[in-house]
Amino acid sequence: MSGPERDGAARTGGREGGGAGPRLDGAPKAAGRQDATGPVAVGAEPPAPGRTRVTAPRTRGSRRLRRPVTREIDEQTGLGEAYMRSLVQAQLRLAVRLCTLLAVVVGGIPALFALVPALREQQVAGVPLAWALLGGLIYPWFVACGWWYVRHAERNERDFADLVDNPWSDRNP
Amino acid sequence: MNAAYGLAGIAVVVAATVLIGTLGLRISRTTSDFYVASRTVSPLRNASAIGGEYLSAASFLGVAGLILAFGSDMLWLPVGWTGGYLVLLVLVSAPLRRSGAYTLPDFAEARLESMTVRRVTSVLVVLIGWLYMMPQFQSAGLVLRTVTGAPVWAGPLLITLVVAVSVLAGGMRSITLVQAFQYWMKLTALAVPLVFLLLAWRYDGAPGLDRDTAPRFPERTTVTVGATVAVQVVEPVTVTADGRVDDRSVDGAAVTLTPGRHTVGRDTELTFPGGAAVPHVEQIPVRTDREWAMPLDGRDHSLYATYSLILATFLGTMGLPHVLVRFYTNPDGRAARRTTVMVLSLLGAFYLLPAVYGALGRLYTPELLMTGRTDAVVLTLPGRVFGGVVGDLLGALVTGGAVAAFLSTSSGLTVSVAGVLAQDILRGGVRSFRAATLLALAVPLALSISARSLAVADVVGLAFAVAASTFCPLLVLGIWWRRLSVAGALAGLVTGGVLAGTAVVVTVAGGAPEGLAGALLSQPAAWTVPIAFTVMIVVSLATPRRVPPGVARMMVRLHTPESLNVDRGTWRPRRV
Repeated sequence: MSGPERDGAARTGGREGGGAGPRLDGAPKAAGRQDATGPVAVGAEPPAPGRTRVTAPRTRGSRRLRRPVTREIDEQTGLGEAYMRSLVQAQLRLAVRLCTLLAVVVGGIPALFALVPALREQQVAGVPLAWALLGGLIYPWFVACGWWYVRHAERNERDFADLVDNPWSDRNP
Repeated sequence: MNAAYGLAGIAVVVAATVLIGTLGLRISRTTSDFYVASRTVSPLRNASAIGGEYLSAASFLGVAGLILAFGSDMLWLPVGWTGGYLVLLVLVSAPLRRSGAYTLPDFAEARLESMTVRRVTSVLVVLIGWLYMMPQFQSAGLVLRTVTGAPVWAGPLLITLVVAVSVLAGGMRSITLVQAFQYWMKLTALAVPLVFLLLAWRYDGAPGLDRDTAPRFPERTTVTVGATVAVQVVEPVTVTADGRVDDRSVDGAAVTLTPGRHTVGRDTELTFPGGAAVPHVEQIPVRTDREWAMPLDGRDHSLYATYSLILATFLGTMGLPHVLVRFYTNPDGRAARRTTVMVLSLLGAFYLLPAVYGALGRLYTPELLMTGRTDAVVLTLPGRVFGGVVGDLLGALVTGGAVAAFLSTSSGLTVSVAGVLAQDILRGGVRSFRAATLLALAVPLALSISARSLAVADVVGLAFAVAASTFCPLLVLGIWWRRLSVAGALAGLVTGGVLAGTAVVVTVAGGAPEGLAGALLSQPAAWTVPIAFTVMIVVSLATPRRVPPGVARMMVRLHTPESLNVDRGTWRPRRV
């Protein structure tokens, strides 16, 4: 039952799909693609193999399917790599944004004190400015930054999951 | 401070630690308890556990001491130690959890598929761990000495025994609840006395720290010097001395100290008249209260030192061996992020307190500027401000908190270092782990007794600088940059480790030289971190063939949310 075996490790076919994994029941690649771009009756579509969709009962309808993006990722096709790069880049952009903000604020405080000596003597509610900032105010600001980051990072991941999971999405290639 | 109350405080915490350690043996025969916990531990409890392990003697005692000595520039230390978690959150936390790595060497092996990188990482983990433990042990000596007057080696020996017993018996580390409890205990031990101290301060008419004079003894004060010190006297003062002054034996006679440098021998008692200026130990500059409260006025080259400190603390946090392992108890990457935000809140709450202790210390315990033991300010203040039982009880509370601080951090580090020693340097298995535990403790014990006594937070700051110069580039580039090659990672780790390590050895062993060279060596991060990053990137670009073949799969593993069913590769960490 130990942790690393439980998650983190290989997940191929670990879910509902069972041993069959994300194999696409012999549907040739081209056919799958063509299908996905054609008109699709929503609701008659079975869930992507290897996935569990909880919103609707599984139907044993036709096996006309597009190739799932998870398989593109698993096989490291150009398309799969493009998906992965988009996720990593979105997260990296977010991280760089926050780190830049942090660098400007945190790096700016000593610079301001060095360049504008009057600020060193400035008092805020009876406390020197440096103490008010560094001894108190900066901590809630850190927490606020943290929450802001978590919200956006989770949104990026949700968007990515939707993109990968949802074959009817407009954004699909 | 009343020795009986202080000893009682120490005894309670030590007994609880040993007890929980031995009970832990029954509760958790294997480390598997640690993984079981991973599914049920809430972010708050997990964050408390991270805070409990992270808040060491440097935070509990050292920050207040450095603020007392050097003023507002030192506020950056706790800011950096908290902000480091923001950087960790943004760049590392979720991918690291998703990597499945349990230790830094695990991550290095998984990401770079190289045992060589793993071994270099292991050596660095051990060195950083020892560098971090040494000042914890020295603080133990300081605490025991402040409370009972025991020799300085007694504390390190005591802590070694307690940690050895608890780690060998069951590994208190495996019990998240204990570490979580430690956070709240440390917060209480610092917050409750502070409430009393602030009430007393208001009762005194809330004296401010904006005078244009250096600290003076408020009343007739007898100062006992623990170790031989060289002090700087600014204005002539006649004191009653008992001991050795300027290498002459004095026996309760009046001595006039002229302005200039004087040495005061070990265990010498000096009685100063009320209103006399406090002579400062050589390492601490004499500043008026107003200068002390202003930024960029503490140490030499303070602007450089401030930026270097910021870099070391903000980037070094992610590379601490005992921090990383705690992220494993999060069920997934999303929980790892939420836990980190919680850690930010908990640390922020804690770090509001030490600065106030430092400021109150300047008012009520200025003699610490003369003895040089500014790290004792948190321990000394309650007894100084309150006489009688109240002071004794509050003193026992802070003493217990300090003991908890260095015990929890030392235990966490011992387990991390011993795990790496056992797995990567010895042969592995339970017997190796036991031998490694003793080795992991023996080295910092020897170092703490033989090395010069430095401010605890300064040495811990150096450990952060080494972590920032080695593991920060490895983690950041490893997680976000596909072109990191084995050769690049090795070159960066070795370069950063050697440069920062040399600076540490020079600073700790010999004392940093005067002037800019001293600032560069005692705060090395500002130059070692950029060099390490540059070397890692340049060598990686020059050796594109040595990019690990599984990098694409690893990127999937690090960055895709757990809800997606994708192939994440088959790597798993090995177990001790």
